[in-house]
Amino acid sequence: MLNSHDILETINMIDNENLDVRTITMGISLLDCIDPDADRACDKIYDKICRYAQNLVKTGEDISKEYGIPIINKRISVTPISMIAGANPGVNPVRFALALDRAAKTVGVNFIGGYSALVHKGFSPGDYALIESIPEALSRTEFVCSSVNIGSTKAGINMDAVAKMGGIVNRVAELTADRDCIGAAKLVVFCNAPEDNPFMAGAFHGTGEPDCEINVGVSGPGVVRAALAKAGDCDITAIADIIKKTAFKVTRMGQLVAQEASRRLCVPFGIVDLSLAPTPAIGDSVAYILEEMGLECCGAHGTTAALALLNDAVKKGGVMASSHVGGLSGAFIPVTEDAGMIHAAQCGALTLTKLEAMTAVCSVGLDMIAIPGDTPDEVISAIIADEAAIGMVNSKTTAVRVIPAIGKKVGDELNFGGLLGGGPVMEVNRYSPAKFIHRGGRIPAPMQSLKN
Amino acid sequence: MRAVITVIGKDMVGILAKVSTVCAENGVNVLEVTQSILQEMFAMIMMVDISACTIPFNELSDKLTAMGDSMGLRIHVMHEDIFNSMHRI
Repeated sequence: MLNSHDILETINMIDNENLDVRTITMGISLLDCIDPDADRACDKIYDKICRYAQNLVKTGEDISKEYGIPIINKRISVTPISMIAGANPGVNPVRFALALDRAAKTVGVNFIGGYSALVHKGFSPGDYALIESIPEALSRTEFVCSSVNIGSTKAGINMDAVAKMGGIVNRVAELTADRDCIGAAKLVVFCNAPEDNPFMAGAFHGTGEPDCEINVGVSGPGVVRAALAKAGDCDITAIADIIKKTAFKVTRMGQLVAQEASRRLCVPFGIVDLSLAPTPAIGDSVAYILEEMGLECCGAHGTTAALALLNDAVKKGGVMASSHVGGLSGAFIPVTEDAGMIHAAQCGALTLTKLEAMTAVCSVGLDMIAIPGDTPDEVISAIIADEAAIGMVNSKTTAVRVIPAIGKKVGDELNFGGLLGGGPVMEVNRYSPAKFIHRGGRIPAPMQSLKN
Repeated sequence: MRAVITVIGKDMVGILAKVSTVCAENGVNVLEVTQSILQEMFAMIMMVDISACTIPFNELSDKLTAMGDSMGLRIHVMHEDIFNSMHRI
C-alpha cells in the first residue's frame, strides 16, 4: 500500500521543487527519404515527420495530465540532414531546414534537431555544403536546431572542421543579431556526440538507431537541492547518498513516462537520459545544488570537485531506475539557463576557464555562454578545440554552444527569454591561437581509442 | 485503474464532502481516505477506483482542480503508478 509520506513527497516535488520531465523526444530516421529530386526528398521528410509525430504532443499532454507530472517539451530528432541532402549535390541544403521547420510547426513541437553533420574524421561534399548553410538555415527557421560533430575518441579531432566552425558560429550570431543572436543558441559543436540524445540543441537521430523511437530526458535540480537542504549538516558521503536516492526517484518517473509514451505511440522505447537540466526558474538550478553543498558561490575553488560528485551520484542513482540509459546523462551547466550560474557569472565568481575545468567532470561542455561580439573566429575555433580535446581524451561527450553577442562587450547582457534564459557576456582570453587553428589537419586519436 | 486524489490547503468545513460528491457524481469509487494536519495544513489523500468513471480522466482532473482553486486548495488527481514507480523498487 502506498504511504502518505511518499505521496506528499511527490506532490511537494512537483508543486514546489520544479520536478518535471524535461523532454519527450521522438527520434525519426529519414534515411528512406533520400531522393535524387530535392523537392521530392523534402516532401517525403515533411510527410514522414508529420505521420510519425502527429500524436506526439497530444500524447505528451495526456500523460502529463494523467500522471500529474509536467512534461515541458515535446521534440523531434532526425537523421543528420547532411546524409539526406548529400544525395542532392548543387542544391542549397537550407530547403531541407525549411521542410523540417514546417513539419515541426505542423505537429506542434518546440524544437526539431538534426540539421547536422558528422565530420570527426573528414567531410563529404554533403557535410561541407550543410555546414556552410548553417548560418542561413538557422536565421531562416524558428524550430530547427543544428549540431556538428568534429571529433571523437576513436577518430581524433578534425581540425579543419574546428577551424571552419569558429566562423560558422560567428556568422550565425551575426545573421540573428536582431534577435539577441539566438541562432547561435541553436548550434552545438560536439566531440563524441551521442546518437540518442533527447536534449536540444544537440539532438539528432543516429544511423544505428531504429526507424523511430522515444527518448526521454528527465530533470530535477530543484528536487536535489531541496533534499540536500533538508539533510542539513552531514558529510560528503551522506550528500552523495542523498543525491543518488533523489536521482533514483526522478529517473523512475522518467522511465514510467517513457514507457507509457512508447506504448501509446506504438514506438519503441529508446533510452532515458539521466540529466540534471536546469531552467532559469529560481530554484531549478544546478549551481544552487553546488552552493547547497557548501560553496559560497558557484565558480569558487571546490566547484569542480562538487560537480564531479554530483554528476557521478546522479548517474549511480539513475542507472538502476531505468532499463536503458543513454544520451548525455549527467549534470548540465548551461550558463544562461541556470539562475545560479547567471548570478555567479554576473558577480565574477564564475569564469570561462573555471567552466572549462567543470566540463571535464560533467555532462556536455561550454554551454550557453555569451561571449563578446568581436571575438575572432579563430578564438571560437580554439575554444572548440580545447573542449573537444577534453572530450576526446576522457572518452566523454563535450560540446561548445557559445553565443557571440554581436555589438556587445563584457558585462552587457543577452536575453533570450523562455527556457534559454539570458546572461552576461563573459570574458575570453584575447591572445591569438590563429596560427595553430589555421594549420588544419587532424589531431590523431589518442591512446584511449586503442581498446581492442 | 486506481488513482490518488490529494487535497492540500487550509482546513475548512466540507472538504471531504465536496470532493466525494464530485467522485460520486462521476462514478468514481472511493477506496480509502486518510487525512491529517501537517504543518497547519490540511492534507487529505484518497485512493479511488476510476475503472467505472463516467468521464475521461482529464475532465475529472480538471473538475477537481477547478473546485480546489475556488476553495483555495491544491487538488491533484494522479494515476497511482507514478507513486508506485517512484517509491518502490
